[in-house]
Amino acid sequence: MNKLLEILSRNADFTTEQLAAMLGQTEDEVKAQIQEYKKQGIIRGTNALINWDKVPDAGVTAIIELKVTPQPETGFDDTAKIVMSFDNVESVYLAASSRYDLIATVKGSTIQEIAEFVSKRLSTLDNVIGTATSFVLTHYKAGGVSFYDSEEEEEQRSLIL
Amino acid sequence: MIDYSGMINNRLLGIKPSGIRKFFDIANEMDHVISLSIGEPDFTTPWHVRQEGIEALRRGHTWYAPNRGFIELRKQITNYYARRFNVEYNPDNEILVSVGGSEAIDLCIRTLVQEGDEVLIPQPAFVCYEPMTVMAGGTPVIIETKAENGFRLTAAELEASITPRTKLLILPFPNNPTGAVMRREHLEEIARVLEKHDILVLSDEIYGELTYGKERHVSFADIKGMKERTVVVSGFSKAYAMTGWRLGYALGPEPVISQMLKLHQYAIMCAPTPAQYAAIEALKHGDSDIEHMREEYDIRRRFLVEELCRMGLTCFEPEGAFYVFPSIKISGLKSEDFCERLIYSQKVAIVPGNAFGDCGEGFARVSYSYSLKHIQEAMVRIERFLDSGCSGSAD
Repeated sequence: MNKLLEILSRNADFTTEQLAAMLGQTEDEVKAQIQEYKKQGIIRGTNALINWDKVPDAGVTAIIELKVTPQPETGFDDTAKIVMSFDNVESVYLAASSRYDLIATVKGSTIQEIAEFVSKRLSTLDNVIGTATSFVLTHYKAGGVSFYDSEEEEEQRSLIL
Repeated sequence: MIDYSGMINNRLLGIKPSGIRKFFDIANEMDHVISLSIGEPDFTTPWHVRQEGIEALRRGHTWYAPNRGFIELRKQITNYYARRFNVEYNPDNEILVSVGGSEAIDLCIRTLVQEGDEVLIPQPAFVCYEPMTVMAGGTPVIIETKAENGFRLTAAELEASITPRTKLLILPFPNNPTGAVMRREHLEEIARVLEKHDILVLSDEIYGELTYGKERHVSFADIKGMKERTVVVSGFSKAYAMTGWRLGYALGPEPVISQMLKLHQYAIMCAPTPAQYAAIEALKHGDSDIEHMREEYDIRRRFLVEELCRMGLTCFEPEGAFYVFPSIKISGLKSEDFCERLIYSQKVAIVPGNAFGDCGEGFARVSYSYSLKHIQEAMVRIERFLDSGCSGSAD
């Protein structure tokens, strides 16, 4: 795998100077590479990874599986585009699964709000023939980062010599 | 009332406790300390290796193992040394499986060294060689390696330290704490000096899998004519992140190994049985784990060197192990004062260089067996410390 992307995917805080040192390249090379990735749409942005579980009144997250009838030529793309267009939808994937085709993660302020969104907005879409909603209770890990405090912070190694 | 001090072995009484400990004890008493002081991998043992250990327990393999180690493990180790480092050993009588590399070092020194023998110890180095030599009745002769030579042992330094009483040379490379590596040409120079003398070599190659750059570690036993006078010590701790399993080994000439085995039999009996099963799996299917960990260490190493040099804590580029050994001379402080002020003011724990020998004065050991995130935070704090003029008070 590409090392530059791997490092950035875990932590986008590094300066280009630091990245260059880590990769054994010049700073200009790293800058050019990042520009190129942005141009190609490989790097789509840099967000903070937030553990919403710790933010008071941050609402709920649900994972929604959708069974979709594929269309000639466009397959699942048309339905996916409609699902994507809702602001409360955080991610949409096409899955290779026998049960469902699209998987979306959705944020809402209450369980009721999400339930309503699914029943009124998603299940009613033309090609959607079934949905299954799971509500997230705890985020243990996201974006490659552990959200599990005690495990991450506690040093278990002892200095023995 | 018994006067215990009169009862304790005098040689042992004369040995100082390890200097690494002191800072760890301070760190232990403080909250939110960021430590870069630990000398073991932050990775856990690869899952497939742990599974084999679990499986061994499930099957009830809870008895002693053969003194020398399971033959299957010995075969895997000798295959591994041939495959990775180009040196062939006979699994029947040129190998001994030990409780960590440390036991093998102790066995080797006690097997070879007797009253009056001199043991050459290049420093800075891991802290165990000197006390083991003293306990065996030998005389440690320290060779101070120099930053300007990349902390390598040079032929001239070696030549100057040899006397008719020299019995054993310790070769601790890749080196803890400096990260120094002896490349083939450097080892060949050493070999040319040794050829002229009857001196044996204990080559501590525990960090042999952790060298960076295109060239791999060269075993001293792979240097022409040196195998017959070398005991190679290595183990699973650093290469496979298996420190807690306590498993190492010694490879060497049969007449030496067979005597080491005697000591091992009486003192230890055998290395832990489940650990040996896990180690067989590590050797069979663990090459990609090593590769993955090495790449990760390499990224951290480059980051750390860049950051420390940028702050003025200059370091020569370490090529092995997982330590950087920066000079702290710009602070004008002694190593211990520097580290003490750093921990009290910024809560960052690193180890003063003189814990690894007097010639480590003016340096400090910074370990990168920590996540990049952790290292990043430590660098921010160290920079703040330097900007404050190395003030020792908390802000």
